[in-house]
Amino acid sequence: MARIAHLLRQFRLAFLASCLAAGAPVMAGAPADPLASPIWAHRLAEVLGPSADVRVDPRLKLLVPVVTEDQRSFPVLVDGRALAAVQRLIVLVDLNPLPVPLDLDLPDAEPFVALRIRLDQRTPVRALAQLADGTWVAHGVWVDAAGGGCSLPPVSRARADWAQGLGQAQARAFVDSDGGVRLRARLRHPMDTGFVADAPLYHLDRLDVRDAQGRPLARARIQASLAEDPVLTLKPRARPGDTLVVEAVDTGGIRYAAKAAVPAVALQTAGR
Amino acid sequence: MIRGADSRMNRANAGAIANIGILGTSAGAVVIDAGTSLGQGRAIRAAAERLAGGRIARVYVTHLHPDHSYGIAAFDPAVVATTAPVLVSLRSGLAAYADGLYRLLGAAMTGTEPTLPGTVVADGVEDIGGRRLRLLTLAGHSAVDLVVLDEVTGTLFAGDLVFHGRAPATPDAQLDRWRAALDRLLTLGHRRVVPGHGPVDPTPDTAIRQTRAWLDWLERTFHEAAARGLSLAEVGELPIPEPLATLAEARYELQRSAVHLYPGVEQRALGPVQRAP
Ligand SMILES: [Zn+2]
Repeated sequence: MARIAHLLRQFRLAFLASCLAAGAPVMAGAPADPLASPIWAHRLAEVLGPSADVRVDPRLKLLVPVVTEDQRSFPVLVDGRALAAVQRLIVLVDLNPLPVPLDLDLPDAEPFVALRIRLDQRTPVRALAQLADGTWVAHGVWVDAAGGGCSLPPVSRARADWAQGLGQAQARAFVDSDGGVRLRARLRHPMDTGFVADAPLYHLDRLDVRDAQGRPLARARIQASLAEDPVLTLKPRARPGDTLVVEAVDTGGIRYAAKAAVPAVALQTAGR
Repeated sequence: MIRGADSRMNRANAGAIANIGILGTSAGAVVIDAGTSLGQGRAIRAAAERLAGGRIARVYVTHLHPDHSYGIAAFDPAVVATTAPVLVSLRSGLAAYADGLYRLLGAAMTGTEPTLPGTVVADGVEDIGGRRLRLLTLAGHSAVDLVVLDEVTGTLFAGDLVFHGRAPATPDAQLDRWRAALDRLLTLGHRRVVPGHGPVDPTPDTAIRQTRAWLDWLERTFHEAAARGLSLAEVGELPIPEPLATLAEARYELQRSAVHLYPGVEQRALGPVQRAP
């Protein structure tokens, strides 16, 4: 069984590569890819359009762990605060069949997001940041999707009562040690990719963060390659005492809403 | 004892990361844990037969993790034993590791099939060839963890309830039960400890207390991080204090443990469940 699964995976990769060789759209302006991804230019054209101006810049920080412990929930953090005036952040996973787990507009939020994603196979994982002049900055790393160590994670997990969790959200705001505000939201959702038998594509589709007056702070478009029960960490521009409102909707029209009050001060922790 | 590599599983060590205990008795060799693959299990069997006059009297399997259990197929199933609760956990959990092991270790896994022990033993003393071995079923590192105490030498084979000089792994850990198990181990009156991973501890308690210190630090750190609103990616980058930072694979295991344990801690810290009106 194990060997068959391995062969299937190899076959799928070969199939993907041959499809791309056969005349898929390729962006003329794609910069050389330091990761030498087989489908970098194709993915850029697909996600940003054929005429986007993209350059590679490691100042767009991308933080991932050294090990992929769980392919269904791989932590990623993108921090573009070292760049000027980022308008939009995209997480791109080249070799995922659903390559954009999160596409985030930032009307009034710092260019910062932490999330967990699904990994289908060994793949480049990238952050893309759009600047005020419309150009894009990219930075990525190869991530090995094989688990490791004393124990490897089981490939499937029973999910008995997932339907009861639909529509449930949690949200909490924090003040960071630099005085900035941090918003964390957790939404119960199976995030079905459609690649598992008897579970068609079904996922959170949109998420909006607004202030109490309804002014948009951040807006996300979501694919099912965002991990099950998504937890997002954002840095909206807000002040102590403000109330932040998180609203989301899934592809079946189920709505989510949660509020979080920004506390007065940063939480002090002992010993650090 | 056959020393495992104090690192993560990879192709260079062929998965041979767990310590394997071998004891001589007048009835043949007693082996504690079976290794990761058919090939490693066969090498363990050959070494044990050489050391103990050609016979294997008993192989104990401490828990379901594959570095301890996937070599079972190299032995006569009738001599491979564990307690009933460990057998239940092997029966339900063992097969799920096969795909990942093949992918990670490749050719080293050739011919390896997950295999169950053929004999069930009870907690208490088993006398093998005049050697009294005390069996005790605990839990915490995984759902069920067996330890074996050789009463003649006072050597405790602690399985993965005890790590030494290497950061503990927590994929199936329940920290409360693990701490209770470590407390229990401190009462056994043994003289030295063979940990699941890392060098033999010539003292009764150094490795046990080190394992405990790591688990206590993990739990405290995850709770503090959740209260500050840190994301999973940030938790994996937190500083590791001395002396825990000197443990082998400390960063690697912190990042794995964050994936295993932080989502639950964070969920409780994110406040009440809210719904759209
Ligand atoms: Zn283990």
